[in-house]
Amino acid sequence: MVNLQEIADNLIKGQAKKVVELTTNALNEGIKPEAILNEGLIAGMNVVGQKFKACEFYVPEVLVAARAMKGAMEVLKPKLLESGVQPIAKIAIGTVKGDLHDIGKNLVSMMLQGAGFEIIDLGVDVTPEKFIETVKNQEVKLVGMSALLTTTMPSMKSTIEAMKEAGVRDKVKVIIGGAPVSQAYADEIGADGYSPDAASAVEKAKELLNIA
Amino acid sequence: MFLEKVREKVLLFDGAMGTLLQAKGLSLGECPEQWNLTKPEIIKEIHKSYFDAGADCVETNSFGGTKAKLNKFGLANKCYEFNKAAAELAREVTPSGKFVAASIGSTGEMLEPYGDFSIQECYDNYAEQMVALKDGGVDVLCIETMMDLEEAKIALKAAKENTNLPVIVSMTYNQSPKGYKTLMGNSISQVLTELINSGAGIIGSNCGNGVENMIEILREYKHTSPDTYFLIQPNAGLPDIVDGKTIYKETPEIMKNKIIDLLKIGVNIIGGCCGTTPDHIRAFREILDNN
Repeated sequence: MVNLQEIADNLIKGQAKKVVELTTNALNEGIKPEAILNEGLIAGMNVVGQKFKACEFYVPEVLVAARAMKGAMEVLKPKLLESGVQPIAKIAIGTVKGDLHDIGKNLVSMMLQGAGFEIIDLGVDVTPEKFIETVKNQEVKLVGMSALLTTTMPSMKSTIEAMKEAGVRDKVKVIIGGAPVSQAYADEIGADGYSPDAASAVEKAKELLNIA
Repeated sequence: MFLEKVREKVLLFDGAMGTLLQAKGLSLGECPEQWNLTKPEIIKEIHKSYFDAGADCVETNSFGGTKAKLNKFGLANKCYEFNKAAAELAREVTPSGKFVAASIGSTGEMLEPYGDFSIQECYDNYAEQMVALKDGGVDVLCIETMMDLEEAKIALKAAKENTNLPVIVSMTYNQSPKGYKTLMGNSISQVLTELINSGAGIIGSNCGNGVENMIEILREYKHTSPDTYFLIQPNAGLPDIVDGKTIYKETPEIMKNKIIDLLKIGVNIIGGCCGTTPDHIRAFREILDNN
């Protein structure tokens, strides 16, 4: 029998091939896809997030772990769908209008996927219209906005205002992040939450969506 | 010439470019390097304001001038033109005895194996930009705001193999419970060891920190490698957004007293990063002249 802890341990070490191999073996042995996801992959990414927050891990370690997770999910996802397992919630994420930086946004996206969320990555330079359209059409529960520059931070404010005008602001929670962003700024523009790093973004998203 | 001057005395670089471009109307999503062709008078005026404030060296308007960065504005084919113009504009207003440093920022791409940007692509990006800046007549290359030691080393290699210019490599650190680290987790000692082994003449730190943290960074630099020449360019503190406006809290008055500490520890080049203005540089000049 494949030990799910072994999947988690290899994921933490970023051993992509081993994680995919163990995931495949576990499926062949009849272990439930949901258990592999929760007790193997998500459990592993959770540790990666904690280590990142504690400055034991840096961006490279997170990226290799996320890559291992991605590889395993390609094997696992069809089985999850077959067995009717739903992602815990859908999140739309993007770097706001006028801003072309995506390293931070990608990290957050990876950590959220690692926690079992489904991510719609809208990319960089995302207009308020694009955010609104996605909220309207995709059953999104949460919107994540990123900005690296002080000059593009106001796009977060205008996006929230445009969401209000379009009547979709109440349908979703909004979290923001990025180097110059602060809790004070989140409060000022009426975002529901702020996260200082990618690992905390997962906690904040769960808190806002009341997910244990 | 440049290196001789650094050995002789503490040099003063300029302050922010981006902050001033925004004040002059650079809009959201507009490529700053494009102004080297469309608004050359403004670029020259900014350089001139820094020389008037007492700077010994200004940095060209080419921070985002690699092909990878320009490509995000659909302007990758303008790489050579933008960078050469950046150097020429600065050169035009540089008094004799003063210097022009080429500003070379990161590509914003994640290197393999973490991202899909290959080492060769990265090298080519830097080589192309550096050759253009050299052709435009810069005195020194300043590879700055580096958050990945690997990328910094590739840029340094490109500089050495494609130009004969002196090179500064300046890293950006985040303060963490485990000490100062780059985004990619490189420590100060790792940075120094590897950059010195790769032949970096001058090593520095810019952006990401106000002057107080920079004092700590310089102290660690100096402690680890007493004989290396160091550049320090702090931000005017970290930005605050007040009523939709960006405010940098460290005024020239606040910063200038701490510049004395940098001098005492043994800094070789001082300048300013985000949020610093000609007024900051004027205040730094005063300190340099009196200490």
